[in-house]
Amino acid sequence: MVQANPAETTSRAKVQFGYRRHPDQERPEPTEHPVVVVGAGPVGLSFAIDLAQRGHAVVLLDDADRIGEGSRAICFSKRALEYWDRLGVGDRMVAKGVVWNVGRIFHGPSELYQFNLLPEPGHKRPAFINLQQFYAEAYLVDRVDELSAISLRWRNKVTALEQRNDRVLLTIETPDGPYRLSAQYVIACDGARSTLRQMVGADFSGKVFEDQFLIADVKMAADFPTERWFWFDPPFHAGRSALLHRQPDDVWRIDLQLSRYADPNVEKQPDNVRPRIARMLGHDQFEFEWISLYKFQCRRMERFIHGRVIFAGDAAHQVSPFGARGANSGLEDAENLAWKLDRVLRGSSPAALLETYDLERSAAADENIRESTRATDFMAPNSHQEARLRKVVLALAKETEFAKRMVNGGRLSVPSVYATPLSTADAENWQSGPCPGTSMLDAPLQDRDGRPLFLTDAFAAQGKRFTLLSFENGAVPDVPDEVGMIRIDRERGLADAEGLAHLRYGAEPGTSYLLRPDGYVAARFRHPTRAAIEAAMARAAGLN
Amino acid sequence: MTLSTSSNFNKPDDAFRAIVEAHRGLSDLESADLDAALVLILANHVGDIDVLRDAIALAKRRMMEAHQQQTAASGLQK
Repeated sequence: MVQANPAETTSRAKVQFGYRRHPDQERPEPTEHPVVVVGAGPVGLSFAIDLAQRGHAVVLLDDADRIGEGSRAICFSKRALEYWDRLGVGDRMVAKGVVWNVGRIFHGPSELYQFNLLPEPGHKRPAFINLQQFYAEAYLVDRVDELSAISLRWRNKVTALEQRNDRVLLTIETPDGPYRLSAQYVIACDGARSTLRQMVGADFSGKVFEDQFLIADVKMAADFPTERWFWFDPPFHAGRSALLHRQPDDVWRIDLQLSRYADPNVEKQPDNVRPRIARMLGHDQFEFEWISLYKFQCRRMERFIHGRVIFAGDAAHQVSPFGARGANSGLEDAENLAWKLDRVLRGSSPAALLETYDLERSAAADENIRESTRATDFMAPNSHQEARLRKVVLALAKETEFAKRMVNGGRLSVPSVYATPLSTADAENWQSGPCPGTSMLDAPLQDRDGRPLFLTDAFAAQGKRFTLLSFENGAVPDVPDEVGMIRIDRERGLADAEGLAHLRYGAEPGTSYLLRPDGYVAARFRHPTRAAIEAAMARAAGLN
Repeated sequence: MTLSTSSNFNKPDDAFRAIVEAHRGLSDLESADLDAALVLILANHVGDIDVLRDAIALAKRRMMEAHQQQTAASGLQK
């Protein structure tokens, strides 16, 4: 998401882990592993859990031995929560996090407009929760500890990488000295300053924003609502922008735009930050949890796959934070890659399936960079004329709907739509429902005993494989063995008591959706046949 | 839809005059603000991104050509 000089960051380590010597370190020859994941942040941890749940052994390396360098990412999206539900950590994240759906935009002293990111009921998860990244990481580490297939190794720093035809050789530095590992695939989730990216010699180019932003997490008792508040030109911070957002534990994220000429060494001093925050809050009854000064960057690798090294998350692409597109897009990377790598490792799909990870997630990265660049440009105009256009939009927004919708305080992360060869084009007429290449929609259902559950629960229960969502008309679709089934059928499956599943999927009797293991729609049919399902399945698995 | 460059006003002079009068008495900076607001209001009224892009392309091309001619002319005067 962001890049800071560590010297500019005051932080508290929240969780400390011990280095433990691994038997691999005793062996004279590099031990062979199918997959080594580098970087135990939210993306690397989630990816490792996903792959382990699919039955693969994973080595997960991290050069540190602690998590908790400040709050960093705080907004986790509905899609991320649904992914974490499938990884078995969603409930814990939501129980600790603060739930929010509403944002407000202010200009000067007055409110311009508000938005609700999830205005309809009948979804298991909210639009967003706010949760300090260190909590998310700690819960993911707890989940990793439950999975014997994952070997998590702290203070294991990759210092060299050698690509062979059939594997990658890694040299790893530890407190006990170096050792080597061999992996069929290396997944680089080692963050914005990825050392693996340097080792493969890849560029990381894009745009640096000159304006500086002060990010402070402050602890205080306050009764602001759990909403995202964004100001343009507020009375307490004239001429610039400000953001206030609640986190658990009475901690509040405050983000203040500073001049591009501000001196970081002066501005980061708590004694200088305090009066700025006090002006905003109208009091100084708060403590600092974390202070950091940033210049934002939007950039990406040209290719996310370099031989047998595959990049995900901030290592592959970096965005400004306005829109919560950093960690959330990294989690979408993990989710997109895990099922594909699973199939390739099993030999049930060709290695070319991995190319669709690059294709789908590159397009998503471009979209995230475009959206966050637009938001950051709106906050920090590049020229007098850009500043004028923004001033005019803000002035017109007081009385016109169109200008309100041009005010850009960050467009928040929603799942990307993939234009992908894995999708089967619609053969029939569809007026509504998620089209191929879009993420599945949640809906409330009931099981045969009348107990409530959600469609996303039913999907997770199918074991993260290809699944046919079938709105039944009495006949049971004939599906290949490896395809799971969710039957919306009051008699023999799940009941759509509120009719919302039918509504959201534009369903008629017989309608079926083929869902990919990452919950994306691969194909849909009004009248599915075994042959059509098999063809769509083969296409989605990269088999033709 | 494509950008219409045929004459759409019954009385084009009235339209031109209305814009001229709107700028009367304004400083250059105020005029620039007014123009920016007008552009956004009218662009939204058009409501068609392709037409907007065509209009931007036309305006930009003419501005650039006019600018080049001006530069060439001032060069001759030296």
